[in-house]
Amino acid sequence: MTDTVLEVRNLATQFATRTGLVRAVDGVSFSVQRGKTLCVVGESGSGKSVTARSILQIVDAPGRIVAGEMILHRPDGSTVDLAQLHPRSREIRAVRGREIAMIFQEPMSSLSPVHTVGEQIIEVLRLHLGMDKLAARKRTIELLNHVEIPRAETAIDRYTFEFSGGMRQRVMIAMALACNPSLLIADEPTTALDVTTQAEVLDLIKRLQAEHGMGVMFITHDMGVVAEIADDVLVMYHGKVAEQGPVDAIFHAPQDDYTRMLISSVVKLEQKADIRLARPPAPGAAQPLLEVRNLTMRFGPLTAVDDVSLIVRPGETLGIVGESGSGKTTMGRCLLRVYQPDAGAMAYRRADGSVVDLAEASGDSLKRLRREIRMIFQDPVGSLNPRMTVAQVIGEPLLVNGIAKGRDLDDRVAGLMRQVGLNPDWRERYPHAFSGGQRQRIGIARAISLNPRLIVADEATSALDVSLRAQMLDLMMQLQDELGLSYVFISHDIGVIRYMCDRVAVMYRGRVVETGSTDQVCDAPSHDYTKALLSAIPRPDPRHRRIHTRFRYAG
Amino acid sequence: MLRFLVIRLVWMIPSLFAVSFLAFVLIQLPPGDYVTTYIATLAASNEVVDQNTAADLRNRFGLDQPLLIQYAKWISGILIAGDFGLSFEWQQPVSELIWERMALTLVLTVSTLIATWAIALPIGVYSAVKKYSVGDYIFTFFSFLGLAIPSFLLALVLMYVAAVQLGQEVGGLFSQDYVNAPWSFGKVLDLISHLWIPVIILAVSGTASLIRVMRANMLDELNKPYVTTARAKGLSEFRLLVKYPLRVALNPFISTIAWLLPNLVSGSIIVAIVLSLPTAGPMLLQSLMSQDMYLAGAFVLLICALTLVGALVSDILLALADPRIRLE
Repeated sequence: MTDTVLEVRNLATQFATRTGLVRAVDGVSFSVQRGKTLCVVGESGSGKSVTARSILQIVDAPGRIVAGEMILHRPDGSTVDLAQLHPRSREIRAVRGREIAMIFQEPMSSLSPVHTVGEQIIEVLRLHLGMDKLAARKRTIELLNHVEIPRAETAIDRYTFEFSGGMRQRVMIAMALACNPSLLIADEPTTALDVTTQAEVLDLIKRLQAEHGMGVMFITHDMGVVAEIADDVLVMYHGKVAEQGPVDAIFHAPQDDYTRMLISSVVKLEQKADIRLARPPAPGAAQPLLEVRNLTMRFGPLTAVDDVSLIVRPGETLGIVGESGSGKTTMGRCLLRVYQPDAGAMAYRRADGSVVDLAEASGDSLKRLRREIRMIFQDPVGSLNPRMTVAQVIGEPLLVNGIAKGRDLDDRVAGLMRQVGLNPDWRERYPHAFSGGQRQRIGIARAISLNPRLIVADEATSALDVSLRAQMLDLMMQLQDELGLSYVFISHDIGVIRYMCDRVAVMYRGRVVETGSTDQVCDAPSHDYTKALLSAIPRPDPRHRRIHTRFRYAG
Repeated sequence: MLRFLVIRLVWMIPSLFAVSFLAFVLIQLPPGDYVTTYIATLAASNEVVDQNTAADLRNRFGLDQPLLIQYAKWISGILIAGDFGLSFEWQQPVSELIWERMALTLVLTVSTLIATWAIALPIGVYSAVKKYSVGDYIFTFFSFLGLAIPSFLLALVLMYVAAVQLGQEVGGLFSQDYVNAPWSFGKVLDLISHLWIPVIILAVSGTASLIRVMRANMLDELNKPYVTTARAKGLSEFRLLVKYPLRVALNPFISTIAWLLPNLVSGSIIVAIVLSLPTAGPMLLQSLMSQDMYLAGAFVLLICALTLVGALVSDILLALADPRIRLE
């Protein structure tokens, strides 16, 4: 018996599109060893996901495997070339879910919403192992217990939307492991999860891998995760292998320029931005621009924001960090009065020195305030109207507020586009013609079009590739210095917070558990939750793995 | 669930009252009343009715009383005795007139529905799965053709073919011998042999639009990640199609029940008139034209009641079919 589970040689997968042939995977070779983890890393569009799907022949149309070999080594010593099997053949179906199982990024949409989780796991057992209903149900409860889902006997009959993101991913893992596969392919399984949940899921995969001795092919764009879990690394760029090797060599002696760039852009976010280090410290005595006192917002029985008090000073960036459900987004929306808070005050100091309570403002005064406080959203696709040209998107706030029209509007839009680094010649194009990073720039241009004084940025860089992230943050900081902006920067990513923010507030279950200067919170946290959060973040250095020995918060 | 049902049912009562009153007022809105129409019909055949007779008639029908009193009498008759009043034109109790027609309409609608779904759903799924294939284009072509042909034209063509080429008796749902005969096995067979023409005509346009809807629904679902998950499990293509995307894609059809029921009365009037079918639609039209207000009122009331019941039924079915929907 060899130790190799899967050997891929010169794999090529192509998509025939109207604009020509896209070589999504272009001559990729690698192998996965039993009991080892191979991390495939690359940015969006690098072909890492297509590579994974090619192995099971589940590439979406019009994708097609055109060349290469994918040799699966079975425990009995026989081998089969998966590339030779027809995607609909009985042979490949017997491999899927039985010998090679796969888990996906979005545990919500990757499970059927209208079937119970039990039904979806039982199906695999019955299909591949021919179990009867009763035995399959019993085994499913065992599996759910195995992946540490509480009260598995009742959980089995529940639907996916009744579970949290982390629990759903556990269900996916239970489903994938149902038939003891010899290879597990995990396609960004933790990207949609919080860092602490991510750490738990990574722990679980590691533990199960050790128990079952399976090979794991782990696809991710997060170099931190790679450093934490990989034995071997495959760096992909534009469908080709940029570099591959043992994890230590990749991180500490990278050969390829692209690998170096990837690692440096992650390491860059491990410390404060250069332009912030160079900036003289802000005068602490300045009157606060915004003072939030005892803000509370309830949704029915749930208190989403619970007695939160914050201060934003002119020209500074206040980071709000917390996991999903911590109330940080709700808090941000209260500032713009998208939601009407139930209690508390938000004293906002206008340019002329007068103070207004945002919670009380209404009518014209609220409209005026909304010109001064703007928002940048997380999803650069969803937050731009696909039927409006970029000029219309950016110019809309100016137009609806009656500030500019016609020729003047056109000039202003062009100016704004230049300011955020977009070519004004593109202003008649529609958002779909732009890349993710460019779309986020459009969102920023729209936010600054009314010369605001405060911008609430809700996860503004989360949807972007890591190499773009630092660029976007640099742009935001540059605009801050040019326009004298203040930011409330909401993020779950402590790296981004550290890079850009002057002060940080840590939110947990609706409350602010800790506030302080970024350095103080990141380097010497005082609250246990902050410590747990920081220790769950994968560090991009395989020599200092820490998430398996992380600090856990039981509050 | 039970609480939801009770609340919905209680809410139906004021809605029905409001709608029945509005319907009553609307029917009376055109100038004149049934007697005016009646006199005009008689005048067309050179019979002259003097003012006294007209007043007499109005008195007898209760048409000289204020609107509110007429409404009160009508609605209390329905509530207390289940008496929907007398049709002026037919000189028969409205309830007798309506039920037979409603039963036939129900038979026709259900047969049409089954035919439509049986043809459209598989074709819709095929078109979605084999998007932009030759088969898809052929079906798309025919479904647009079906959408484009007005159903009364199709009715005329089919009647011509059936009568001239097949020598079959067309029009209506029964042969001469059975029209007024009591129900028997022979009459049922006769009904079945007459049913196919209206069913085909009504199904053609329905099928065409349903194929488009089904294709679009399926296309939305086919690219969902849960379909990929099912494929990665090793399910066969057919099984995973039926179990996952089709299941979700069918949900929108449950909502169509909401407007299926009121369509029983008011749907496909033109086809029914062309084919002289003894269904509810033509009678509703006729009663409105002759201002036969109790008959028209009963129909409008029925449409409203069916609309409300249909909405309730589809809400309940949706909640049963889709666990994400909770009735609270």
